[in-house]
Amino acid sequence: MIEFQGVTFVHQNGVKALDGVTLKVEAGETVALVGENGAGKTTLVKHVTGLLKPTTGKVIVDGHDTKQTSTASLSRKVGVAFQNPDHQLFSESVEEEMSFALRNFGFSPELVRKRVDWGLGLFGLDEYRKSSPLVLSGGEKKRLTLACILAWDPDVVILDEPTVGQDSIQKEKLAGTIKMLRSAGKTVVVVSHDIEFLWPIQPRVVVMKSGRVVGDGPAALVMQDETLLASARVAQPQLVELYRGLSERPPGPFVDALDARRWFEERMKR
Amino acid sequence: MADMLEIDRLSFRYPEAPREAVSGFDLRIPQGEIVVLAGPSGCGKSTLLRTVNGLIPHMYSGDYAGDVRVGGASVKGSDMRDLSQKVGFLFQNPENQIFMFTVERDVAFGLENIGVPRDEMRERVDEALRLLGISDLAQRAPHELSDGQKQRVALAGVLAMKPSLVILDEPTSLLDPMTAGDLVALVAKLRKDLGTTFVVVEHRLDLLVKVADRLVVMSEGKKVLEGTPRDILFGDDAERYGVATPAVTQLQKMLARRGLATTGTLLTPGELAAELKGRNR
Ligand SMILES: Nc1ncnc2c1ncn2[C@@H]1O[C@H](COP(=O)(O)OP(=O)(O)OP(=O)(O)O)[C@@H](O)[C@H]1O
Ligand SMILES: Nc1ncnc2c1ncn2[C@@H]1O[C@H](COP(=O)(O)OP(=O)(O)OP(=O)(O)O)[C@@H](O)[C@H]1O
Ligand SMILES: [Mg+2]
Ligand SMILES: [Mg+2]
Repeated sequence: MIEFQGVTFVHQNGVKALDGVTLKVEAGETVALVGENGAGKTTLVKHVTGLLKPTTGKVIVDGHDTKQTSTASLSRKVGVAFQNPDHQLFSESVEEEMSFALRNFGFSPELVRKRVDWGLGLFGLDEYRKSSPLVLSGGEKKRLTLACILAWDPDVVILDEPTVGQDSIQKEKLAGTIKMLRSAGKTVVVVSHDIEFLWPIQPRVVVMKSGRVVGDGPAALVMQDETLLASARVAQPQLVELYRGLSERPPGPFVDALDARRWFEERMKR
Repeated sequence: MADMLEIDRLSFRYPEAPREAVSGFDLRIPQGEIVVLAGPSGCGKSTLLRTVNGLIPHMYSGDYAGDVRVGGASVKGSDMRDLSQKVGFLFQNPENQIFMFTVERDVAFGLENIGVPRDEMRERVDEALRLLGISDLAQRAPHELSDGQKQRVALAGVLAMKPSLVILDEPTSLLDPMTAGDLVALVAKLRKDLGTTFVVVEHRLDLLVKVADRLVVMSEGKKVLEGTPRDILFGDDAERYGVATPAVTQLQKMLARRGLATTGTLLTPGELAAELKGRNR
């Protein structure tokens, strides 16, 4: 679905933000992109939407080279919630913010209404329907950008730091939404420093450092590789750290606290 | 002596808002404490912080009642300039506070404003850049940085001022995990070395619980819980208010209920593993 072929990107100020990135994401995969500040994660994601074009190399999205595809046609396929919601919100009201793209993509008024209701309900924004997006709290703004893109059901969903400003209840809902997208066969890319949030989702994890991909594999493997993680300034999930501190342990790390509890109870019975 | 921060029966309603964003809020923070403020998204945390650095009521209109005092002086009666020296403030969105042409100038901005001599300014800027791990970005343009780098620049600007009260609105939200850990260690160190008081809004509690003296939980504008992180996280109400119980604490709690773990302190993953191993012998 997404393919980076030896992509290098140099910013106008001379900073090389991507340095020979080769990466393939199949349709239906859930991928977490992690790595230190300035590693190039946001730059990479902006290449998928065609917002940035590679200095050298190629980015192919759904079979089309982004250099030869209009941003408009890509944007129907790829929905992105950017890291900073202030760059994405521009309508007079929350409701209008959500309806805008839907109308643009030719949804019927009936369907627009339904999707808007769904999104506002899911993310607890119903009471702000008529408010200006500018008066929302930080977390509310973020959820509005998430609701906006999920409403038009893109094949590829890209979330850049979606948990910023979210309490644990909202995070749980968001994790549930990502799992739902996965079962619906969507391609999902989540950029996040929130390792505790990513871990229970058990995504494929791609680790970036200085514009390069330095690690790639299932969460259970990548998150046990302390040397790799430390080199990219990523922390280990708490449950993986706990797991690695045990002398007797199950074959793979615990996915969540409940999973761990079950194992310890079983063991204590013996 | 007055406490560093005193909030009395504070209420604030934004113009035309259906209800108060902060409602009858009381809080006392002695000098040198690290207090974490948590609660559901939209419950009024950022609004409460704005009443401490004076943005409310000086820059925002709305219905204001009650009183906030910093070091004994009423915020309402102080001018913004004095407040900005006493109270360091990190905005939730770093783009709201970086605007100079280079990172270095940005970090120096507050110091320049209060007339710190050049040599001392140089020193304090360099130190702040080093503490936040961004010395190599000194000559870069702040708006041409990644979001996490921007947050680090904003933090450096706040800490370079060495304010006696530091307010941080989700300071680790854009930081990579290890930098977030470094920041928490830095907060603990500044409290120890300089007696700095911290009020930190944070959803990622896994890092902060170890250094925080107190956790205050807010819901719908009101204070609903207050206590040590241990007491609140082991209590039954925290989850209801969206306070994230770290995974290892969730497990510690579950195992404790079955008599398989202790509850004296919040254990780190390593400590809980050691305890469980000990039991197995
Ligand atoms: N607009 C820009 N102009 C010039 N350089 C930039 C710009 N935006 C980012 N950079 C630089 O490009 C590199 C990669 O930045 P990017 O935003 O992709 O990092 P990131 O991995 O998303 O980091 P973070 O975790 O902080 O969000 C960094 O060195 C950054 O300073
Ligand atoms: N400038 C404003 N004008 C009107 N209403 C506002 C304004 N800023 C915030 N609000 C509203 O006040 C309430 C509290 O917002 P606040 O930003 O204090 O929440 P918060 O607890 O910081 O949330 P988050 O964790 O999402 O940042 C919310 O309902 C929000 O929509
Ligand atoms: Mg980024
Ligand atoms: Mg806030």
